[in-house]
Amino acid sequence: MNAAPEFEPAAGDTVLAARNIVKTYGGTHALKGVNFDIHRGKVTTLFGENGAGKSTLMKILSGVTTPTSGSIELDGQSVTFSSSSDARDRGISIIHQELSLAPNLSVRDNIFMGREIPGATGVDFAEEARQTRLLMADLEEDIDPMTLVQDLRLGQQQIVEIARALSVDSRILIMDEPTSALSATEVEVLFKVIRDLTARGVSIVYISHHLEEALQITDYAVVLRDGAITATANAKHINLEWIVRNMVGENFDLGTPPTGHTFGEIALSVDEVSVADVTSSERLVVDRLSLDVRSGEIVCIYGLMGAGRTELLECIAGRLSAAGGRILLEGNDISRLSIAERIARGLVLVPEDRQRDGLVQTMSVGANLSLASIGAFVKGMFLSRSQERSLVDGSIRDVRVKTAGGGAPIGSLSGGNQQKVVIGKMLTTSPKVMLLDEPSRGIDIGAKAEVFRLLSERAARGLAVVFSTSEVTECLSIAHRIIVMRRGRISAEFGADATKEEIMAASGEAVLSDQEEHRSHHRDRR
Amino acid sequence: MASHVAIFGILAVGMLLVILNGGIDLSVGSTLGFSGVIAGFLIQGVQLTALGVILYPPVWVVAVLVCVLGALVGLVNGVLIAWLKVPAFVATLGMLYVVRGAALLMTNGLTYNDLGGKPELGNTGFEWLGFNRLLDIPVGVLVMAVIALIGSIILNRTAFGRWLYASGGNERAAELSGVPVKRVQVSVYMLSGICASVAGLILSSELTSAGPTAGTSYELTAIAAVVIGGAALTGGRGNIRGTLVGAFVIGFLSDGLVIIGVSAYWQTVFTGAVIVLAVLLNAIQYRRRVKLPSSAGSPPTSPQKDKAQTADPALEKTAG
Repeated sequence: MNAAPEFEPAAGDTVLAARNIVKTYGGTHALKGVNFDIHRGKVTTLFGENGAGKSTLMKILSGVTTPTSGSIELDGQSVTFSSSSDARDRGISIIHQELSLAPNLSVRDNIFMGREIPGATGVDFAEEARQTRLLMADLEEDIDPMTLVQDLRLGQQQIVEIARALSVDSRILIMDEPTSALSATEVEVLFKVIRDLTARGVSIVYISHHLEEALQITDYAVVLRDGAITATANAKHINLEWIVRNMVGENFDLGTPPTGHTFGEIALSVDEVSVADVTSSERLVVDRLSLDVRSGEIVCIYGLMGAGRTELLECIAGRLSAAGGRILLEGNDISRLSIAERIARGLVLVPEDRQRDGLVQTMSVGANLSLASIGAFVKGMFLSRSQERSLVDGSIRDVRVKTAGGGAPIGSLSGGNQQKVVIGKMLTTSPKVMLLDEPSRGIDIGAKAEVFRLLSERAARGLAVVFSTSEVTECLSIAHRIIVMRRGRISAEFGADATKEEIMAASGEAVLSDQEEHRSHHRDRR
Repeated sequence: MASHVAIFGILAVGMLLVILNGGIDLSVGSTLGFSGVIAGFLIQGVQLTALGVILYPPVWVVAVLVCVLGALVGLVNGVLIAWLKVPAFVATLGMLYVVRGAALLMTNGLTYNDLGGKPELGNTGFEWLGFNRLLDIPVGVLVMAVIALIGSIILNRTAFGRWLYASGGNERAAELSGVPVKRVQVSVYMLSGICASVAGLILSSELTSAGPTAGTSYELTAIAAVVIGGAALTGGRGNIRGTLVGAFVIGFLSDGLVIIGVSAYWQTVFTGAVIVLAVLLNAIQYRRRVKLPSSAGSPPTSPQKDKAQTADPALEKTAG
């Protein structure tokens, strides 16, 4: 849109070309006609925010899912992948963002899972172990082939995942966030491996949230935003600022902080709260964090994946127990109360994953909307159908859910409307403090704007709102205050006049050089 | 046949509640047998050696005590599952053995034969449940109808019913919406235990004897009835009406076919085939509804009443 492609690849240079790829999930358009080229022996990096469609595109290219429409050409031949093993047989393999290892099996068994080397008596384990050792040597990682994957730390598991992809001798290797759990030295080694591979003619597709790191290794940059490609360029001609600009876009208005009302008393006070990691109790995912939110105030929590945002919000809501600290709601300690009791006192959470934690798929729109406030329409022993209907209809109108009615199946709604149902469900309990974990995840930009408008209306009427996001544009929308979390702590706090670059720098996403930082301060943030 | 249907129906209603919650209760057959034995024991008279008297509780007291016992078995199941996080299958499988063993211990493997009671002791009338008719309908069937009605009201018209559907459909979402998921879980197993006890009373009354091995494998019959009735073993989906139909189908297969002269061996084969076929048809039906969301339309009332209100979660996975 704002940057014309700065190069035209020669035809022979392209090993795989995706044309007009469209993918829809229910009512959500994850990809809207994407053209994407992979260049032979080069690293092509795909940049984009969460929910931009990067992972979806990579799943299509690696045969994990099929596109709704569009075609894929491999070496100029049109192909369709029936499964990921079909794609693997054609030389395309993928390192998934979520690890896909069997923790109960050894490193060797994981690497050769599904394509065991046949031997005289079944499987030739010795050969498998030998090859595993070679792969580990390539990756400069001292892991015994017989170690169980569950005994490895996350970074090492990631190495195993990478080794598995390397072991198939693929022509195209897709790496979806391969470095998220790696240490700096491990990243160095990985980059060396990537350079070796490209020298041998392997084409790499690379995805990372660590923009700077990606910029180091990439030859071509492609930016995806809301399911469409917004810019393509040779890495020689671009810098971080170019990526950020194209990633987050410039002009879509997600609203401004509501004004004209004064903040009330402190509604929610988080006092030195810690949350222990589920897997190892020594590590704190939230580390003695303190935060006050006044009624009528909107606070945004920004941070990368794993920064501790979700854990913090779930701890405040009562889903996770705190390892230390206190949580006060209007001055009363609620640290020991159950989730239900916290809801009754006016503290609600809209969870991050609405499919897993937000909605009951087997129930109707209406039953989902009324679930948190059943008490409001119980007469004696029984539910009052008429009262429930009026509550549901009121809520549908209030949060503007587009639905055939309260009886419609929840699955018939688009992602954005489902999200409004989850928000509506919690709003019908008349909360004083509303926590929202990534409320805009997986919904389109129009629905996003509506959700934010809804929140700012409620804030103007005195609701304290805390929402988390991993999209920097959203920080700069309705929030009065922006808090950046990094490794379980608050690394910075900004007012509504912060710049995208400042926020991203504080999160550890991109450390801009002095000069760039200087320039960005002079640019208007929108 | 009618009384068979009644016993399966009562067990199945209890089982439905458990399955709606996403659990399973394998202990109902044993609870049924144990209940009969306890009823027989109470009617024979409780000897209190310390006081030198023999207590003969009236029949209604026997019934109440037996139901309390069923609830206790359910409580143990529920606590194991909800609080101690034992998988439902394992916890209730364990109780299947423990309770059956308790019944065998009580009687030393023998059967209580005389459940008639004695008029001079004031504990007669136990056979009323199994033998008598009201308005020409067997009492057992009436009891089933009342239990089904209560179950239906609980499911459709109370907060508890809504909690049950919600926590069975998605426990995490229900919990975050303030539903007391653990309490619901425990209650469900207690209700299932009570249903099993009632069924045990009816069966032993019908046979006028209480054997410790009564009701063996009835838990599987109850599960079959619920499944034939369209409930999903994953929870959150199913209703009383379907379950009663399922119980009737099972009753017809086990007794009706024999009456019309089909070999008992074939009947076993048919039962198995019907279970699989019913579930298969259900799955096909769901799939079609998902493919044509517009035809699913907007059914007006609560979800429990209409299976159309479901969707394939795979369709709803959002892009990441």
